[in-house]
Amino acid sequence: MVGVITTIVLLPLIGALAVCLWPQRNGRPIALIFNATSAGCALGLWRNFDTTTAGLQFVERHTWIPAVGAEYLVGIDGLSLLLVLLTSLIIPFAFLAQPAPDGRAFYATMLVMQSALYGTFTAQNFILWFLFYEMSLIPAFLLIRIWGGQNRDRAATKFFLYTFLGSVAMLLSFLGIYLARGTFDFAALAGFGKSGLLTGKLAWLTFAGIFVGLAVKVPLFPFHTWLPDAYQTAPTGVSMVLTGVLSKMGVYGFVRLLLPLFPNEIKVIGPWLLALAICSIVFAPLAALAQRDLKRMIAYLSINHLGYCMLALFAVAASPVVAARIDTHAALSGVFMQIFNHGITAATLFYFAGLLEQRRGLRGIDDFGGLMQRTPLLCGWMSVAMFSSLGLPGLNGFIGEFLIFKGSFAIAAAFASIAVIGLLVTAIVFVRAMQSLFSGPLAESCSVFPDLLRGEKFVVVPVTLLMFAIGIAPQFIFNIFNTTVVQMARLFA
Amino acid sequence: MSWIIDHLWLIPAVPFAASLVILSLSKLRRKSAVVLAITGQVVALAMSVLAFLLTLQTQGFRVIQNFTWFTFGEQTLRLGFVLDPLAAAMLVMISLVGLCIFVFSVGYMAEDKNFTRFFAYMSFFSGAMLGLVIANSLLLLFIFWELVGLASYLLIGFWIERPSAAGAAKKAFITTRIGDMGFFLGMLWLYNRSGTLLFYDGGNGCLESAGLALLGASATFIALLIFCGAVGKSGQFPLHVWLPDAMEGPTPVSALIHAATMVAAGVFLVARVYPLFSLGAINGVTSSLTIVVWIGVTTALMAALIAIAQADIKRILAYSTVSQLGLMMVSLGVGGVAAGIMHLLAHGFFKALLFLGAGSVIHGCHGEQDIRKMGGLRRFMPVTFMTYAVGMMALSGVPIFFSGGWTKEEILHATAHWPPSHVPYYLILVGVVLTALYMTRQIIYVFFGNPRAAAERAHESPRVMTMPLIVLAFGAILLSAVLTPAWPWLHGYLAGEPTYVDVARLIQPMLFVSLALVSAGVGVGFWIYRKAGTQDGGRPAEVDPLEYAQPALFRFLANKMWIDELYARTVISFSWMAARFSDWMDRYFWDGLVRGFGAIGQLFGIFTTSVDEYGINAGVDETTAGARGLGRVMSTAHSGQIQTYLGAIAIGMLALLLLYAWLA
Repeated sequence: MVGVITTIVLLPLIGALAVCLWPQRNGRPIALIFNATSAGCALGLWRNFDTTTAGLQFVERHTWIPAVGAEYLVGIDGLSLLLVLLTSLIIPFAFLAQPAPDGRAFYATMLVMQSALYGTFTAQNFILWFLFYEMSLIPAFLLIRIWGGQNRDRAATKFFLYTFLGSVAMLLSFLGIYLARGTFDFAALAGFGKSGLLTGKLAWLTFAGIFVGLAVKVPLFPFHTWLPDAYQTAPTGVSMVLTGVLSKMGVYGFVRLLLPLFPNEIKVIGPWLLALAICSIVFAPLAALAQRDLKRMIAYLSINHLGYCMLALFAVAASPVVAARIDTHAALSGVFMQIFNHGITAATLFYFAGLLEQRRGLRGIDDFGGLMQRTPLLCGWMSVAMFSSLGLPGLNGFIGEFLIFKGSFAIAAAFASIAVIGLLVTAIVFVRAMQSLFSGPLAESCSVFPDLLRGEKFVVVPVTLLMFAIGIAPQFIFNIFNTTVVQMARLFA
Repeated sequence: MSWIIDHLWLIPAVPFAASLVILSLSKLRRKSAVVLAITGQVVALAMSVLAFLLTLQTQGFRVIQNFTWFTFGEQTLRLGFVLDPLAAAMLVMISLVGLCIFVFSVGYMAEDKNFTRFFAYMSFFSGAMLGLVIANSLLLLFIFWELVGLASYLLIGFWIERPSAAGAAKKAFITTRIGDMGFFLGMLWLYNRSGTLLFYDGGNGCLESAGLALLGASATFIALLIFCGAVGKSGQFPLHVWLPDAMEGPTPVSALIHAATMVAAGVFLVARVYPLFSLGAINGVTSSLTIVVWIGVTTALMAALIAIAQADIKRILAYSTVSQLGLMMVSLGVGGVAAGIMHLLAHGFFKALLFLGAGSVIHGCHGEQDIRKMGGLRRFMPVTFMTYAVGMMALSGVPIFFSGGWTKEEILHATAHWPPSHVPYYLILVGVVLTALYMTRQIIYVFFGNPRAAAERAHESPRVMTMPLIVLAFGAILLSAVLTPAWPWLHGYLAGEPTYVDVARLIQPMLFVSLALVSAGVGVGFWIYRKAGTQDGGRPAEVDPLEYAQPALFRFLANKMWIDELYARTVISFSWMAARFSDWMDRYFWDGLVRGFGAIGQLFGIFTTSVDEYGINAGVDETTAGARGLGRVMSTAHSGQIQTYLGAIAIGMLALLLLYAWLA
């Protein structure tokens, strides 16, 4: 299996080139073929992944620019594999979400982004990682800027500048770290973390730089204001990828970089970080309650769901005493589960918002009414996604949230107790949305809607079955990252 | 026999499977849907009875089936099923009452265009409820608890085109979820302290002595947090507001979910985790149980009062359910766990009977639900009347013949000896009188007097609807056989104590108390409402006698003590304010900061542009212009005429020579 990771990273790039050279206007078939191939490779990785050993697997290491410590170093552990699988799932899902906007460029751009995402989740050297990290930003900007809806110019610029400034701060911090420690290797840096990577003001400056860069990406309150605009404006497929995969880059960065590198700093300001996570969890769904635009509403709920991840991570990392092993394991497993679940659920919600928008031309929750009478299948399957998102047991969302709360309650009871408000408000948001979309008399404007079409069922059914499968028998997902969880938990022991 | 122990999971799985299959059927396959749903229910009933028979073998029978749900990190999360008398009795009650209601629904819902979906939801509910009672893990119980809530949400909002139904469904979901969040926290806390959520695990479960010993003082808080869930689900004050509104659902739904089974889940939950409540009890009293008692008393009395002033036949029953659930909570709180569960079981039968009877009445009156528009129905609907009367007497607690009488007596008995206070006992006595009173009022309005507007074309319901009524009526009466103090079999069975036969104990002093109270309630009811529905003295026919006598009081009760309005003004408007505030903060404050930074950046840009444009660039322009001018001047020298060049060279040579001479 040597070179599989490189293959996975390169395949979408080749795909992008192929789409550009493709003589026909519609690039979707080609794009999907390349998606399927890289998904096949990802499945191959999963199959050959040894779930009993910790540490990186399928490692490829080549010297690149030795002078600055840059190496081509890729490899995966459980967390990386999980995110590679998620990327492989969400991108084709996003391609199927909407009629081709305009020819080939859209698909080529998306494929470039896919390559960047694979790279981000597999790179184990900062320079390489940062390259991929930034490489995802430009396609995302273009996708919003060119194919977005109203106010796309503004939203795209805000998205780009905000995240770019965050990245610059992060880059500067890493340069500082490199000057002090002389390496960009994640594993080597994590080794220094315990005893203090840097000291004094420099430590805090670098911490702040990396923190801001990642907090913008997640996003963590109060660095989140680019998100509602971007998600709302982006075309459906792009919103799906933004929330399904791109937002995970931030969480991934926290797990991979910030927590191992700055354990002492995090302990000092732990309560403040937890407070920010709580703000994400409580204020975002409250703001969602005030939204009329369906996509903007889902966008705010995304902030809330990632807030749970931040809650668990900060609780574990900031715990003043060494937490019980079961709690650390629960919190970390919960975060990884939540990453995956939120990816598929939020993407599905955007998918449905897209279906409604295609049918109606509008997407305000007041623009619909009584849909259950006209399109019972669409309503039924969409409800499943909504219930999954609000954490109904039996569906995927509950597993991650339960473990997150289990872990964080044991470590930071007060914060976890406040966070429960988020669970409640999320439920209110969805139940209210279901009421205004599905029930009541059938709105005049919706009276000719087609129910789920065959192609749409083909997309909706498998992903919903996946939600049920994870909700009922989640072991196959846990198997991916259990050893990684154990290994990471040792960092905090 | 022991086959069932290994396959306990099948009891909930069968109705779930039926539900899934029905959902995948076409809307038109009504018959298949009915067959599937009822078969699922019959199978569940048969297995429940098997399980029940098994528990009779030994006293204090309990078997557990634990399994690993998943492994996270190096930890495992285990769930399990348990079969003990509490679970078995609930299983039989739920599946039997459920079956009656399913059969009734075939007739009641015959006209509905979403007939198949109805049976799918009902089967789903049944599966979730059956799973709930056999769960051997608080987490598994919570999972089924939420699924039951989902079924309730779907079924209350079943007639989805009605905005009121959708609103009621939303209200039910959110209100119960408020309680569930407390439950969730309690569960987390319990998990944290005892390290397991299994109830019984060979001595290591959280309800067994080793697990309980780890709890210490936190047990009170854990118990109360879990109780929050029970308050929501069982419609206890202050979260009772959703239950009467839930009557927007089809009547069989009200019977199954919002009367007989789901709403009793809260009571069941308290009974199941009773060791958490009673941990460290002195004289059977703990602070958590005391709170349970007071919540129960408040609910029982308040709901009974409100019921007196309601006009909707189903809402009266709904408030009656709230009130009875309060009574059960009191019973649990004062230590009468078996009594509370016995009342729960008996209530399951007679309240289902009453709701189905009400459904039959509504069906017969072509959808009318206002009791003031009925009257004299006993002549048109004899079967419904007879069975309804049985239900009414069982609910009122008429002694000796009716199950409700015996269980209520036992609750009174338990409450009378509660050490901290006698107030709950007296308040419950008032509650018993009120119950008899509002049921008498209802039965007079519906079945006696002259037929009014809605009763004129009334007809008896078809056999498929009356048969379940008869079965349930027999159930409500025959259950008495195992409830009497002469042979308190059910009590012994639930409490795991030996039973005895002692005819001399049949007549207890409490029997007379109970008899006196019920007679008082019924008597006063007959006296007040004897002319209800007809014009009497200065009172118009449509005005309630009580309303005529006490308009202000009646209005207070008829408007449900304005609790809904109070919530609308406080909790609901506050949450809207919080939502708008969050949105505003986001748009103007946080994003304002971002835009502020953006603006600063832009200003800086403008500044540098102008420096560039008018400072640096202008300078460069000037320089280049100068250079160009010089070039132009110089270019004139580039004339192409040899003589000029030679002249210039000569001048240059001369200059060089002079310079050389001067330097040398």
